[in-house]
Amino acid sequence: MADLRQELKEKIIEQLNLEEFTVADIADDDALFGDGLGLDSIDALELIVMLDKDYGIQLTDPKEGKEIFKSIAILADYITDNRAK
Amino acid sequence: MDKTYHISSYCQIKNSRISLDGKLLFSSSIQEFQPFIKSAAQHLNTKYPKFYKMDNLSKLAFLAADILLKNAELDSNTEHNIAIVLSNKASSLDTDRTYQASISDTENFFPSPSVFVYTLPNICIGEISIKHQLHSENCFFIFDSFNADHLWINAQSLLKQQKAEKVLCGWVDFDDKNYEAFLYLVEENGIIAHNPNEIKRLFKTWQT
Repeated sequence: MADLRQELKEKIIEQLNLEEFTVADIADDDALFGDGLGLDSIDALELIVMLDKDYGIQLTDPKEGKEIFKSIAILADYITDNRAK
Repeated sequence: MDKTYHISSYCQIKNSRISLDGKLLFSSSIQEFQPFIKSAAQHLNTKYPKFYKMDNLSKLAFLAADILLKNAELDSNTEHNIAIVLSNKASSLDTDRTYQASISDTENFFPSPSVFVYTLPNICIGEISIKHQLHSENCFFIFDSFNADHLWINAQSLLKQQKAEKVLCGWVDFDDKNYEAFLYLVEENGIIAHNPNEIKRLFKTWQT
């Protein structure tokens, strides 16, 4: 699980071009949207693509994304339970 | 008597160099655009995390505009009616190619939303407007080459009809490894007369 959390932090920084962040800056429970990393709606779409591309998870319900993308810890738990890759 | 308008300042970015009003502001030995523009943004203290998410054309336009608008020392407590009239030759072709590459393989079909949003040239105007809180007139023209007359007519019209108090005009082009930005601010105050000949003269100063 720790490895997956680390992997997700690296991917999010790289794929969402978070130049001002390092892995060490992101705590497992930090909010990804709003006051946390400050991600926006386009970033949310990019995360949905990442789930499909890298983990074989297709989100069909946008409300589902709101819950899953709350933090790295929650996202990692969801991927562990649902991954097809 | 008709009001006369002036070019109050101008900024150029080309060949790893940035100038403001003809004076060198930043230069680098880095030839590749992305590391160069990142280095320039850091050097010029452009503290704006969203900058790093932009495509190449938007980074180019945004940085030139940011240099000009910061230099204008606008009162941040007042809303400014600064129209934006930009132009180029390659439209958003650089990002269009990147997006095309992401959807060309049916076996590996993962179109990127963050690339797709930049597949229009006028998105760079949106980026400038968001940063500087501009709720103003804007347009983006595509020409075969720099068209000073057309930019002049548009800026004059916006100012004379009081659609804007200033107009941020210019040329911002990105294609393959070639990039060039020439942006200038037109308003009542200034030293350089706002006319096609002066616009052409300033544009040519860095054409070597």
